[in-house]
Amino acid sequence: MLVKRKPAIWNRLYFVEIIQGLWITFKNFLFHKKVTIQFPEQRRDYSSRYRGQHYIKSVNNVENCTACMLCPTVCPASCIHIIAGEREDKEKYPVKFDIDILRCCFCGMCEEACPKDAIKLSNIYEMSQQNREVYEKDFLLEQRGNK
Amino acid sequence: MSFETAFMFGKIAIVLMGLLAVVPIMLFVERRGSALIQNRLGPNRMGPFGLFQAACDVLKFIFKEDRAPDHVNKYYWHIAPWIAVIPSFMTFAVIPFAGTYTDANGHLQFQIANLDVGILYCFSIASLGVYGIIMAGWASNNKYSLLGSLRSAAQMISYELSLGLSIVGLAMIFQSVKLGEITAQQGEVLWTIAGIEIPKWGVFLQPLGFVLFVVSVFAETNRLPFDLPEGESELIAGYHLEYGAMRFALFMMAEFINMAVASALICTLFFGGWQLLPGMDWVVGHLDALGILPSGGALVLCQALSFVTKIAIWMWIFVWVRWSIPRFRFDQLMNLGWKVMFPLALLNVLITGVLIYMGVL
Ligand code: SF4
Ligand code: SF4
Repeated sequence: MLVKRKPAIWNRLYFVEIIQGLWITFKNFLFHKKVTIQFPEQRRDYSSRYRGQHYIKSVNNVENCTACMLCPTVCPASCIHIIAGEREDKEKYPVKFDIDILRCCFCGMCEEACPKDAIKLSNIYEMSQQNREVYEKDFLLEQRGNK
Repeated sequence: MSFETAFMFGKIAIVLMGLLAVVPIMLFVERRGSALIQNRLGPNRMGPFGLFQAACDVLKFIFKEDRAPDHVNKYYWHIAPWIAVIPSFMTFAVIPFAGTYTDANGHLQFQIANLDVGILYCFSIASLGVYGIIMAGWASNNKYSLLGSLRSAAQMISYELSLGLSIVGLAMIFQSVKLGEITAQQGEVLWTIAGIEIPKWGVFLQPLGFVLFVVSVFAETNRLPFDLPEGESELIAGYHLEYGAMRFALFMMAEFINMAVASALICTLFFGGWQLLPGMDWVVGHLDALGILPSGGALVLCQALSFVTKIAIWMWIFVWVRWSIPRFRFDQLMNLGWKVMFPLALLNVLITGVLIYMGVL
């Protein structure tokens, strides 16, 4: 498509253009809504499907997980390490449930694979740590996030 | 110590403090102003409206490690920031910041040095500042820095021509290069249109000269749209690439103070310097009626205030333009300097000469 342009000589004078530009920035300066989100007080609204920090869902303080090993199998980063055990009532449960969160790519496959709705990705995204963190079972069992 | 000497030291102290105070204020204005222009909020956590952010920045500069890279030429590398910053302070010496105060004991001039060469002194000292930049670029022993300072040198030479020539018309009209006299003459009334008195400000006498002067001054202070010596997209940071901590801060200080001096020059030459802003005489009248200050003191105070206000407006325009207009390409810059600004400046001198000869001005 041909775009109609003003005669170049008018633009080459710069002045009109510069004044227009200054006027635009002045309007932005005074009137335009500022887009900054002031983080600790204001937060970005993420979708509830956001994939953040993991947790293991528990019912009556018993984890839903039955150590079926589907999530470590599907995990593309191989970062879930489970050792299965047996409870007194012969039910299978994870003795150890570690997620090496540094290797996790937050793909959410574990959540999708889980038949028991046990492993969940919350929408917590502030996960900075001062040491190399492996999320242990106790940590994961705290019910955090939105689900 | 005689009164004269004490007064002189007082003036120097006021000017130095004022110029030093410009730096943190401009740091704040630049950061918040740029943010607001770009629809951000900018640093707003430290103190009310983020006012203490500048203090934090300065603290950060002071406590940063001041390391010199191995490959630089130590001597020139170390003195370059000082060479950049000192001339920018010196330039202010001839700029009058208030009118002459007369009482029984004689006159008090609010100008550090009333040199006969006036404005020419400003230009000669201001052009010394570029040596700091060239030294920094060369001593950094780094291609980017060297390119930056080469650009700076070329830019200075091309724009100093039109800078000098754009003033010639003004000097012809006011028949003086002394800034004090130029300012004093700008208090007269040029025209009266419908009861509104238009003062004899340089901008009304020399509109073309004014535009040329402002553009050249932007180029001289290395501010956007003419900040090619820095040009971070192509030269990373140009001449101050190898500098850190306080030495970098000195370059920044030089830039801000150059801005202040440039604004002061624009105001003095084209906006009546310390001549009262419209409405200020009302304030003077009321202050005089209060009788706290010695007679005439209120006038001097308001003149200084008007001058500072005008400078502040121009400083804001410097910031505003910086965040509005993209950078020129280097060949465009040179074309503009030599093929547009220079002939226009000559034309301006010619037109002014003709008008003076015809008795219009
Ligand atoms: S989100 Fe993906 S990478 Fe992370 S633990 Fe689950 S399956 Fe593995
Ligand atoms: S897929 Fe679910 S139930 Fe199976 S081991 Fe993983 S978390 Fe436990």
